[in-house]
Amino acid sequence: MEILYLLVPLALLLVALIIVIFFWAVRSGQFDDLEGPAHRIIMDDDDIRKSDENKVDKD
Amino acid sequence: MTDTNKTACFHCGLPVPEGDIYSVTIQGHKRSMCCPGCQAVADAIVDSGMEDYYTYRTEPAEQGRELVPEFLQQTLAYDLDTVQQSFVRHHDSEHGDLREADLILEGITCAACIWLNERHIAALKGVKSVAVNYSTHRARVEWDNDAIKLSDILEAISRIGYLAHPYDPGRQQQLLEDERKLQLRRLGLAGVLGMQVMMIAVALYLGNHFGIEEHFRTFFHWVSLGLTLPVLLYSAQPFFKSAVRDLKHKQAGMDVPVSLGISVAFIGSVWTTFTGHGEIYFDSVCMFVFFLLTGRYFEMVARKRSAENADELVHGVPAVTNRIESNEDEALITIAELRVGDRVRIKPGETFPADGVVIDGRSSIDESLLTGESLPVPVDVDSKVIGGAINIESPLIVKVEKTGQDTVLSGIMRLLERAQTEKPRITQLADKTAAWFVLGVLLLAASVMAYWWQAGVSVWLPVTVAVLVVTCPCALSLATPTAVTAATSRLTRYGLLTTRGHALETLAKATHFIFDKTGTLTKGKLELHETRLVSSLTEPECLRLAKALEAGSEHPVAQAIRNAIDEKVDPANSIHNTPGMGVTGQVGNRRMWIGTPLYIEQHAGQTLPNDVLNKMRADGHTVIALADSKTVFALFAMGDQLRDGSAELISQLQAAGRKIVLLSGDHTQAVARVAEQTGISDWQAELLPDDKLAAVHALQQQGAVVAMVGDGVNDAPVLAAAQVSIAMAGGTQLAAASADMLLLSSDMHAISEGRETAQRMLTIIRQNISWAISYNVLALPAAAAGLVAPWMAAIGMSASSLLVVGNALRLLRNKR
Repeated sequence: MEILYLLVPLALLLVALIIVIFFWAVRSGQFDDLEGPAHRIIMDDDDIRKSDENKVDKD
Repeated sequence: MTDTNKTACFHCGLPVPEGDIYSVTIQGHKRSMCCPGCQAVADAIVDSGMEDYYTYRTEPAEQGRELVPEFLQQTLAYDLDTVQQSFVRHHDSEHGDLREADLILEGITCAACIWLNERHIAALKGVKSVAVNYSTHRARVEWDNDAIKLSDILEAISRIGYLAHPYDPGRQQQLLEDERKLQLRRLGLAGVLGMQVMMIAVALYLGNHFGIEEHFRTFFHWVSLGLTLPVLLYSAQPFFKSAVRDLKHKQAGMDVPVSLGISVAFIGSVWTTFTGHGEIYFDSVCMFVFFLLTGRYFEMVARKRSAENADELVHGVPAVTNRIESNEDEALITIAELRVGDRVRIKPGETFPADGVVIDGRSSIDESLLTGESLPVPVDVDSKVIGGAINIESPLIVKVEKTGQDTVLSGIMRLLERAQTEKPRITQLADKTAAWFVLGVLLLAASVMAYWWQAGVSVWLPVTVAVLVVTCPCALSLATPTAVTAATSRLTRYGLLTTRGHALETLAKATHFIFDKTGTLTKGKLELHETRLVSSLTEPECLRLAKALEAGSEHPVAQAIRNAIDEKVDPANSIHNTPGMGVTGQVGNRRMWIGTPLYIEQHAGQTLPNDVLNKMRADGHTVIALADSKTVFALFAMGDQLRDGSAELISQLQAAGRKIVLLSGDHTQAVARVAEQTGISDWQAELLPDDKLAAVHALQQQGAVVAMVGDGVNDAPVLAAAQVSIAMAGGTQLAAASADMLLLSSDMHAISEGRETAQRMLTIIRQNISWAISYNVLALPAAAAGLVAPWMAAIGMSASSLLVVGNALRLLRNKR
């Protein structure tokens, strides 16, 4: 069981990493809008691209 | 398919008028629209290639607005550097003059709106980036000021049917946001580390049972200590800070026993770690901190959300005006630059920037928000105008006489500030109870510790910790906030927004309800009340003629006439308007007049039947007549109609034994009529803001708990002085800012709902507090006797808290 003396500090390192990532996520606003992105990903942009291409063609 | 579409507007869902006049082809189908506004918006959406919006949306949009020149003029003001100072951030770079601002978007109904707005704004030339936050309806836009102006962006947004206005996040909002992020970090840290400590605690518990090597036990103790330290130093900080603050003010708040429990458990565990004797409670410390922080985080999010909602309502029109320079040119300037003696041009629909005197033009002005007077006041050369009043009919040139601190409006503001400082406070039930309770717990824990002292530290420490944990006023501290949060969110659904914490509790206890008249009990705008026909013409014929004559006027009377009949009517020719009197014009080949009886007598040469006139006026209505040069056709009586649910609200409040008082600045006759219609016996009219304030102070001195409902600037001091106050969302910024609650819906029923909910909330708070105290009283002796291990105490405490939360959630369900 002496392996615990290695595994526990490793786990602590991992925890430290998780906390650093969490703090970064809070600071960079990942938790600011919890609803929008879920909807945003469903909306397709197909139509927009089509009309953009049309514009380019006309030009 | 077309059949079903005929009934409702494809864009906003409102009924489509007969004849199917407005339509747009969307995704290959012809879709009917209810109005030119919706048509224009739908056209704009289709033209920019974003028809997909209609596929993805889950809610109909808000009704489209036609763009009015005044609106565009207002947005132009946002381009001024002096105005932008407050809300625009500059990012100068080699790419040009980059600027960034936050906008509030109104009219967002579903996620597709976000998509539509982002696409639309991003497609504008010169816009660098745009991001819309779905939860808060805020957009952050960055643009190149050399390529596009802010007003162009705002205009583009209004073309697709939304309303955007810049918003200054302000210091307070920014502080709240920083606070939220800090809380979230504290919570996350406590959660992640707490889980590690728990995991180790499980190993130790099992070790107690099955045996564990001593060096592993010591190792685990040290690791737990290391993991708990950041939780204590970082996450639990707010508890310690507020406990220290409470002690400094010689109060005993919730956080005193919380901090004490945490410290005792921690110090005891540290002692165990160093000496190797006894138990550790690091797991309890972490979990305790985590749960308490969770509760506070949600409370804070709810508070932030309501602050944001309130922010949305109280946005101000940019403070700019048109000054006429010495060379007769006009320049757009900010109010701050305005000096006494300046001449300003005030167009119809604009607000007077300062007190002054009219030097050119005739018009009528709306002072209702300042004085409570429901009808527009005619003004002429040499008439005085008050800053904050609105010009209605035709342009005026005003010479400024007083600015800034000297204006009537500033006077009211000072009254407001004084009222706020003198506001009587209602001590909060839960706080008072908790303070005594906390004191008792501390004394008890001390005596328990003293009692077990002889038995050694391995006995008194766990017992004392168990006492502190079991009596942790957790349930007690949750009792009020959970109930308040549940009641608040229920009322928000009804359109009653709570912006200050104590409002609901006080509303339930209010003994007197004071109402303002114009804009509060009434809608604050004229409506056609009665039409008397005096000739062979039918009512629709008369109304059509009247509408044709009034087509161009912004006067409330004209609007009332236009709203009275839905049909589209061609405007009359060669219309001439005599402000404050009436209008004449050519309909077909007849010259016709519409206006006050005096106007009709002077211009059309017709006398009106006096008996009918007096009868119609007796009700406090404004009467106008329609005539040509030969005969009078009809008399129209206009009045400020009661708001939906006003009379019901009054009778419900009276049935509940509350005293109702009506305080208004309007004329006696008009107030008397409304008092009679709503059944209010106690009313006063023609009051100045100070008079209203004095009346409220007098009531308060007799021990009344006053709830004030109002909307105008003249109500603001009273709203601030009353123990609890409700402002109308459509009213003035000042009133909304000084009130504790905001009525968003136009239905007064929400107030009655609010009072009932507040009372149920009080009942539930009492139940919760009784439960929390009786649980503690039962569990205490067991804990003091040393029968309860700290982990059992922790489970008991959590179960008790859950029960309290569950009870509070009953408020969200519908009645009984």
